[in-house]
Amino acid sequence: MNYHWNWSIFFEPAPNGTGTYLDMLLSGLLLTIETSLCAWIIALVFGAVVGVMRTLPSKAASRIGFAYVEFFRNMPLLVQLFIWFFVLPEIVPQDWGLWLKQMPHAPFYTAVIGIGLFMSARVAEQTRAGVNSLPRGQKMAATALGLTTAQTYRYVLLPMAFRIIMPPLTSEFLSTIKNTSVAITIGLIELTGEARAMQEFSFQVFEAFTGATVLYLLINIVVVVAMRFLERSIAIPGYITGK
Amino acid sequence: MKCLRMVGLVIGAAFCAAQANSEELTGTLKKIKETGAITIGYRDSSIPFSYLDDNQKPIGFAIDICLAIVDAVKKDLKLDKLAVEFNPVTSSTRIPLLANGTIDLECGSTTNNADRLKQVAFTNTHFLTATRFVSKKSSKLGSIEDLKGKSVASTSGTTNIKQLTEANAARSLGINIIPAKEHAESFLMVETDRAVAAVLDDVLLASFVAGSKDPGAYVISTDAFSKPEPYGIMLRKDDPDFKKVVDAATAALYQSADGQKLYDKWFMQKIPPKGLNLNTPIGAELKHEFSKPSDSPDPDSYKAM
Amino acid sequence: MFANFDFDVIRRSLGYLFFDGMTFTLTLTGLGALGGLIFGTLIALMRLSGYRLLGRIAGLYVDLMRSLPLVLVIFWFYFLVPYIGQWVTGSSRPIRVGAFTSSLVTFILFEAAYFSEIMRAGIQSISKGQPAAASALGLTYAQSMRYVVLPQAFRNMLPVLLTQTIVLFQDTSLVYVLSIPDFLGAASKVAQRDGRLVEMYLFAAVVYFAISCFASFGVRRLQARIAIVR
Repeated sequence: MNYHWNWSIFFEPAPNGTGTYLDMLLSGLLLTIETSLCAWIIALVFGAVVGVMRTLPSKAASRIGFAYVEFFRNMPLLVQLFIWFFVLPEIVPQDWGLWLKQMPHAPFYTAVIGIGLFMSARVAEQTRAGVNSLPRGQKMAATALGLTTAQTYRYVLLPMAFRIIMPPLTSEFLSTIKNTSVAITIGLIELTGEARAMQEFSFQVFEAFTGATVLYLLINIVVVVAMRFLERSIAIPGYITGK
Repeated sequence: MKCLRMVGLVIGAAFCAAQANSEELTGTLKKIKETGAITIGYRDSSIPFSYLDDNQKPIGFAIDICLAIVDAVKKDLKLDKLAVEFNPVTSSTRIPLLANGTIDLECGSTTNNADRLKQVAFTNTHFLTATRFVSKKSSKLGSIEDLKGKSVASTSGTTNIKQLTEANAARSLGINIIPAKEHAESFLMVETDRAVAAVLDDVLLASFVAGSKDPGAYVISTDAFSKPEPYGIMLRKDDPDFKKVVDAATAALYQSADGQKLYDKWFMQKIPPKGLNLNTPIGAELKHEFSKPSDSPDPDSYKAM
Repeated sequence: MFANFDFDVIRRSLGYLFFDGMTFTLTLTGLGALGGLIFGTLIALMRLSGYRLLGRIAGLYVDLMRSLPLVLVIFWFYFLVPYIGQWVTGSSRPIRVGAFTSSLVTFILFEAAYFSEIMRAGIQSISKGQPAAASALGLTYAQSMRYVVLPQAFRNMLPVLLTQTIVLFQDTSLVYVLSIPDFLGAASKVAQRDGRLVEMYLFAAVVYFAISCFASFGVRRLQARIAIVR
């Protein structure tokens, strides 16, 4: 293999004048983390609401929830980001479109909303599965105690459901982190984007991608370990995951 | 360690000897002879050098040059048949894909500079162009300084985005650089007002402006990020035999009347898919270069005498 | 609202979009799923083989692939596969691998990690009595896997495997980053050439949506049928 390895490239200055190539990758890592955390908040909020809607007795609510999930699940994330970024500003009134396009950090906001909504459909599915996994008796008992539907969810069903679905939620969060890399197509220079830029500037392809790979592995390990602690502390006694 | 190196040397020497014995061919020529195919890397939107026509077939000035190279290679290797394959590349993927053997010739709008010569080789220069920016007339941007604090698009992996990045750092302009995958996307960023300007080679900017819905609405800056730099067809590094064939083929083409004819075909006549005429007569520097072909990366060596 | 739009650009490029683009996407999805399933099943068997080292290696592979974003993996493999080919065949130069083969290798190796987890769950869902009975009948390990365990695991997991294939179908759109003309890549090439992003991307969205919806509807039907048989 006639490839010139040069691992010290990470400590050479990058052309953007803010430091070394390693600094470039680290700033990409930071942006990956910021984007995925913001997207995750949107995914959790919308996902929880839609997931609950799908378990409600109301047929209409359940149908809306179903349509929502199908809508966001059946299009590739990349296409969804293109719709948010390239299409939306052109089909709204012109001043709004202009405002959207000239907003500073437009790729960041687009990525957060696009990835957040895409992931929310999957969080909704997990929430629904969690609520449906609870014995029917829980809901009945709550009704018998005179709790309204809202109270039943707030005090009985959701606290249980969310503790049960912690493990799948962890992997959905990991997917959110990985999915931020799709946003390089709309100009967000996160970790994969910085690795690509480093490759273009320094021509050291494999070093750049190895650097990004190691950083992704590190984020994964940190998240998995942190979530394992969290899962253990909130596990429900008596369930398999419990103590 | 020493022992290992010795073994390596012996194996290497044996290998070289075997190669020299079996046939004289090396590198890309050997590969082409053995596989009976050559792969051309083309661009989606480097108009008029290398781009897709209405049937999504790669065409352009650089593609025609490459087809002439292919003919020369075929003749040199005395092949009856040589299959020509096309593989799409972007500014960002072209160098790794050339290095890893996915493509054999990169036919597009690649600037030949000293930095890149550490990784790849270039044949004789086929164009000279400087990095400038395009903006809408209505935004009234004249100089590079005017871009201060604004959003500016450029194609990732180009010398343009590197020069923009460096100027941004050196003059602390605080420009928000939006990287695009393709040149067409960079220009669309300006057309749709997502960026106030796009920084690219001026020849590409001129063809995008000419092909846009309203050519009168755009202006290309006189302020440039670089001197006119040479474009070359990119080849793998350390492959002297192949380079010799390619250099001879391009030199013969540029020095003959066909060189000027080919230039006129893409720059002075209507070109597909929209029947655009770029109306760009050949510059004195390029004309001189065509008469004395050179593969120098140094912009200053291209002076019209 | 759509007054300025030119939906004719879609009609003019239909041939390119479907004959070139969609064929690429569907072939990549089909072969990727098949290869991923075969390789994934091998990984699952390695993990369940009882050999520590083999299981450890397979586990590491799965964890590595599942930690990395597909976009990064696509870049990695597009640049690396020719060198791997050179190493495997002992050739003196990197093997030329075209855009399609390179993407196919990428998706097989990447999706295998996900398919292997599904197959592992499928194999573990078979009761221990079955392989025990098979070995009592004198079947070798390979035979019991081939004729008893794997067919049932595959059948039980079929809906999940197909759902993963729909995800794969959507994921193939990411080869866009390499400018390869898959369905979305083809749409974006036309879109950028003609400056018709809105029309082309909306059309691409509708097509992906229709196919995925139709496929997941089919999977749900299948799931219902399989559930009754069991």
